[in-house]
Amino acid sequence: MAELCGVMGIGQTRYAAKRQELSMPGLLREAAERALDDAGCTWADIDAVVIGKAPDMFEGVMMPELFLNDAIGGAYKPMLRVHTAGSVGGSTAIVAASLVQSGVHDRVLTVAYEKQSESNATWALTISMPFSVATVAGAGGYFAPLVRGYIRRSGAPEDTGIRVAVKDRQNALKNPLAHLQLEDISFDMVANSPMLWDPIRYLETCPSSDGACAMVMAKESIATQSTKPVAWIHATEMRSEPTMFSGRDQVMPRASLDNAAALYKKAGIQNPRDEIDCAEIYVPFSWFEPMWMEGMLFAPINEGWKMTYEGATALDGDLPVNMSGGVLSSNPIGASGMIRFAEAALQVRGMAGDHQIDGARKALGHAYGGGSQYFSTWIVSDQKP
Amino acid sequence: MSEEVSEPIEVLRLPVELEYQYTAGKSASRFLRGLQQGKLLGQRCPVDGRVYFPTRGCCPQHGVPMAEEGSIELPDVGTLVTYSIVRVPSANIPLELPYVTIQVLLDGADTVMMHVLGECELEDVHMGMRLEAKWKPEEEWETSVGNILYFVPLDEPDAPYESYKEHI
Repeated sequence: MAELCGVMGIGQTRYAAKRQELSMPGLLREAAERALDDAGCTWADIDAVVIGKAPDMFEGVMMPELFLNDAIGGAYKPMLRVHTAGSVGGSTAIVAASLVQSGVHDRVLTVAYEKQSESNATWALTISMPFSVATVAGAGGYFAPLVRGYIRRSGAPEDTGIRVAVKDRQNALKNPLAHLQLEDISFDMVANSPMLWDPIRYLETCPSSDGACAMVMAKESIATQSTKPVAWIHATEMRSEPTMFSGRDQVMPRASLDNAAALYKKAGIQNPRDEIDCAEIYVPFSWFEPMWMEGMLFAPINEGWKMTYEGATALDGDLPVNMSGGVLSSNPIGASGMIRFAEAALQVRGMAGDHQIDGARKALGHAYGGGSQYFSTWIVSDQKP
Repeated sequence: MSEEVSEPIEVLRLPVELEYQYTAGKSASRFLRGLQQGKLLGQRCPVDGRVYFPTRGCCPQHGVPMAEEGSIELPDVGTLVTYSIVRVPSANIPLELPYVTIQVLLDGADTVMMHVLGECELEDVHMGMRLEAKWKPEEEWETSVGNILYFVPLDEPDAPYESYKEHI
């Protein structure tokens, strides 16, 4: 029988374009120490450390876990590094949880990060292969044609993406850790921002951030002793698929739909839109909110945009999405998935500050990565399953 | 006695250069040799019969070698499945901004290839356009898809949405 696992500590750095006052180890240390403080434990209480980050090519530091070992308390303890592209923060949290759920370890620290100020992610993602000509400029260049495909097949109004961008930046104003704090954000401001990768505008795009996120997870007998609320993990799920094969639905990949169905089944959820109180979804480009509303089975296929349009995903809607401001407001890539998972946990712990959803009992954390080919998700609750 | 530290060093620029030696293998060698002769060679998956272009010798969905019938020569015309007008520079891409990155479904292929569109006004770009490859002069042909400079619009009616929608 699997052990129950609870999130008892969460630590995040402030997210910013440049945290040059901190080294890479310092950045991780800031998040990890905050997570330990929140969990009311010390480095000595940690049995194992699980670290995640996006491709090494981003900072040009190969296998950074080697030199980060001491900073994250890995000395003489088991340490694992996880990599699943942009979804890595989510899958890192899931690997950490599985070490507790399997009974292998009692209390695990997990941490994920990116220091984009020391990297050039667009360069690292603009790959030149002997088979093809390099035409895809970074992640935006890859995803823009898929967004166009979504607009064509769903018939979504062209301003759907603008509405998402405004909403998430307004939410970020309630989150002091968020990188982008755009006080005067408005529909016109987003609509008039330059078109970077048509149909994706500058302000419909995530920023490049420095930052780290960490969590302490423990088995039931330890977590229940916490003096603070605990987020209990009801279900975790991951799926992957190849980047390219004939007939692949790049806009709505099967791996996403399968992942969602399996997650809800594990969590005993029949109707996700009714039973989940709020969700942190990986939305690096605004249009991915309506797309993943469908990909997570909150809306029928081609109707996800209606949730955005009707205000269902706003803070006062029936399914608030990206209360923290989301990836559109803070994007230390390797940490971005874990931040989604952590925000879901903060919500059910009632510790999300000004962006807290009243009465949030069950929340979804979601991440995706690669060419929409890795998906990782979890459901957390203030109640044990 | 501690020495006084002046300005702290925050960033050191240390450029990295990587040079790869690439072993293409049998299937990709055939594909690349084809390109050298101006031929676009695909391969068929023996499980579902779909034609892959470019091909790497095995089917990524079914995990089996491509059909033994060998290469299938495809025409250099196709349909624009989806696209983006790119206004962001990237160090690895030598194209002038803005340029149009496209996914092209070659006639007879069941996978799209990525390339760029040329000789077309930006406001005229749309899904379903019929396209033709514009090749480099023959004496410049190499073992590269780069032998095709870009695709240009064909004077033909658009392909119906139904004919390419599953490739988006």
